[in-house]
Amino acid sequence: MAKKDLIGGKLWETYSNNVIERMNNPTYFGEISPEEADAENRRLIVADWGAESCGDAVRLFWLVDTKSDTILKARFKTFGCGTAIASSDVMAELCMGKTVDEALKITNLDVEKALRDTEDQAAIPPQKMHCSVMAYDVIKKAASLYKGVEMEDPEEEEIVCECARVSLKTVKDVIRINDLKSVEEITRYTKAGAFCGSCIRPGGHEKRKYYLEDILAEVRAEMDREKIKSIGSLETFEEMSPIAQYKAIEEIFAEKIKPILHRDGGDVEVMDIKKEGEETIIFIRYLGGCATCAAAGTGTLSMIDKVLKETAGPRVTARMI
Amino acid sequence: MERVYLDNNATTMVDPQVSALMKEYETEKYGNPNSLHSYGMEVRQPMEKALDQLYKGLGASDEDNIIINGCATEGNNTVLKYYLFDQILKKGDKKSVIVSSVEHPSVFNTAKYLEKMGARVIFLPVNVDGIVTLDILKEYLNPEETALVSVMWANNETGLIFPVKEMAGYCRSVGVPFHTDAVQAIGKIPVDLQESPVDYLTFSAHKFHGPKGIGGLYVRKGMPIGPLLHGGEQMGNLRAGTVNVPGFIGMGLAMDLAVSQLDRELTQVRALRDRLEDAMARLPDVSILGKRELRTPNTILASFKGVEGEALAWELNKFGVAVSTGSACASESLETDHTLVAMNIDPSLSHTALRFSLSRFTRDEEISYVIEVLGKAVERLRKISIDY
Repeated sequence: MAKKDLIGGKLWETYSNNVIERMNNPTYFGEISPEEADAENRRLIVADWGAESCGDAVRLFWLVDTKSDTILKARFKTFGCGTAIASSDVMAELCMGKTVDEALKITNLDVEKALRDTEDQAAIPPQKMHCSVMAYDVIKKAASLYKGVEMEDPEEEEIVCECARVSLKTVKDVIRINDLKSVEEITRYTKAGAFCGSCIRPGGHEKRKYYLEDILAEVRAEMDREKIKSIGSLETFEEMSPIAQYKAIEEIFAEKIKPILHRDGGDVEVMDIKKEGEETIIFIRYLGGCATCAAAGTGTLSMIDKVLKETAGPRVTARMI
Repeated sequence: MERVYLDNNATTMVDPQVSALMKEYETEKYGNPNSLHSYGMEVRQPMEKALDQLYKGLGASDEDNIIINGCATEGNNTVLKYYLFDQILKKGDKKSVIVSSVEHPSVFNTAKYLEKMGARVIFLPVNVDGIVTLDILKEYLNPEETALVSVMWANNETGLIFPVKEMAGYCRSVGVPFHTDAVQAIGKIPVDLQESPVDYLTFSAHKFHGPKGIGGLYVRKGMPIGPLLHGGEQMGNLRAGTVNVPGFIGMGLAMDLAVSQLDRELTQVRALRDRLEDAMARLPDVSILGKRELRTPNTILASFKGVEGEALAWELNKFGVAVSTGSACASESLETDHTLVAMNIDPSLSHTALRFSLSRFTRDEEISYVIEVLGKAVERLRKISIDY
C-alpha cells in the first residue's frame, strides 16, 4: 500500500497502447480451414486451452509445414477479456515462421514483453498475466498434438486449482520462469487460488492433494539448491557473499560429503569459513564415529578437501578445527 | 452521441438544481454550523430544511433519528459495529448476526469482520429468483440468539428487491432488531418508514442525484445506537466530525426531488429500461438475470453468451457507453462477484454478466443509441470468440 494504490479502478489505464491496439484490432484472429491444409506437407493443428466457465479460453490454429516443422500460419479465437485477445494475437504472431520446437520456447514473459510500448513499462497489470500464461499453455498443447505425444507429464494432469483448472506443472513453471516468491503472485499469474481459495493452504472448504503454499516452498527450495549447485567455478565462489558461501558449502556437505560419512556412522559439521590470502579455509568438526576415527585427520580429510576443490574451486581447503 | 451513462447503480449525476444550491454553501455561506456567530447562524436554518426533506422523504417521525454521516458504508459500519461492541461482546447473550449472502461489500465485509471478532454470522442464502424470502429468514432466525438482522432493500448488481417490509415486520414480532441497506432503493421504489417497520436504514446521496461523501443512518425511536466516530458533539453526539454542510443541504434537496419524481422513475425510467431489455432479449443467446417484476425499474443484469464481460464493457466504452461488469477479469482480485456466486448461476454466466443501470436523466435517444451499438459490439466479440 502506498500512494499509487490509493485510487482504485485504474485497470484500463494500465494497458499499454500495444495492448489496446490489439484489443481493438487483433490481426490474427480467425480460423484456418482444413481446406487450407489440404496440400502436400501441410498439417492443421487446432489446440484448445482453458474453459469459458473459468473466464478465459483460447483456440490456437497452426498451419505447419511437415518437412521443416515450420509454422507457416497461426490464427486464434478466444473467449476472454481484452487482454486475453491482445495476448493471443501476439502469441499467434510470435509463432509464425518458427519451428514447432522454437515456438515451444515462447513463454508468458515473451508475450508480455512483445506487448510493451517501452522496454521497462509492463504492458498489463500483474493480475492480468494469466492471459499470457494461457498463451504459453496452448502452444504446449498445440506442439504435443503436432508431435503426436500426449502431454504425458503426470504433473500436467495433476490439477492444483480446480476452479481455474491450473495444473501442478503450470504452477511450478510460473514460479520458476517468473521467479515468484508469494502465493499472491502465483494467483495473479495463473488465477490459481483466486476463486474458492481451497488450494492455497489446508483449511478451505475442500481438501486438496497439493497446496500452493507447499508447492511454492518446495520449488523455491529446489531453485535455491540449483543456484548453489550452479556455482561450481572458483571466481563465482570467491565473489559470493559470506552467507551465500556458507550456504553453498553447507549444500556441498549435505549432498556429497555427509552421505559418505553417514555410511560409517560418522558425521561432520561446518564451523567457520575464513580467508587466508588467496585461500578460503573451511573449518570442520567431526561428529559421531568420525570424532574417534584414526583416519579422520588423513584419508577422510583429504576426501573432503578433494570434493571441495572440485565443487567450490581449487583454492578452497578443508581444515579440522 | 457523445457519451451515454448507464452506470447509475455505481453513482449518479448530481441534479443541476442540487449542485446550484450547494455552491452557495461553499463560497458564500461557509460557516461551521456549531459556531455562534452569523456565519454559523445562516447555515442552521437551511440544514433544518434539509432534515425536514429527509424525514419527509423517508416517512420518518420527529422522534426518530437520522444521523447525517459520510456515506452508506459508514452507516452500515455504525450499525453492525455497534451491535458487535455494545451488544455481542459486552452482554454476550445474543451472539449471532444474520445478513444476506448478496449484501454489498459494506455490509458483507463488515459482517466478516464481526465474525473475526467473535460474533457468529449467518449469511442467508437466496432462492432460485435470487431473493431472500421471509421463509428463508424464518428458517435461520432464532430470537434467543440473533442480535441483529441486516438485509438490503434492493441489490446493487441485479436490482432485485427484497421483501423488507415483511422481514422487518416479522423481526419486530419476535423482538429482533432489523437493519436494511436501502442505498439502491431510494429514488427507485417507494421507501416509507411509516409502512415498513425497519429499525435502522442506511442511504447515500450520490445514488439519488445528490453529491458524493454524504449519507445518512435512520434509527427508529427507542433503538439503541452509538457513534462509530468519536470526537465532537455533532449529530447529538452520535457522529463526530464537522458536518459537510453543502453536502447535507444538497442531500436534502436531492431526497425531495427523488421522492417527488418517483412516479417518473416507476413509469418513464421503467419504460426505457424495458425497451432496452426487450431489445437485448432479441439478440441471440442473451440471458437476463432476475425476473423483471422483481427488480428496481432502472436495472438490467444481462449475460451475452460467448462474450466476456470486461471485453464487452471495453467495447461499449469505445462507443461512449458506460456500463459495469461483475466479471472476475475486471476486478483487481480476479474474484467473481459474490452476489453472482451466491445466486448459484452457471459460472460461465458470471464471466459474461454486464450491468446496465438507468436514471431519471436517461433519455429516449440514448437508449436507441445503446441498442444500436450493443448489437455491433456483441457481434464483433462473438466473431473473435470460440464456438460462436
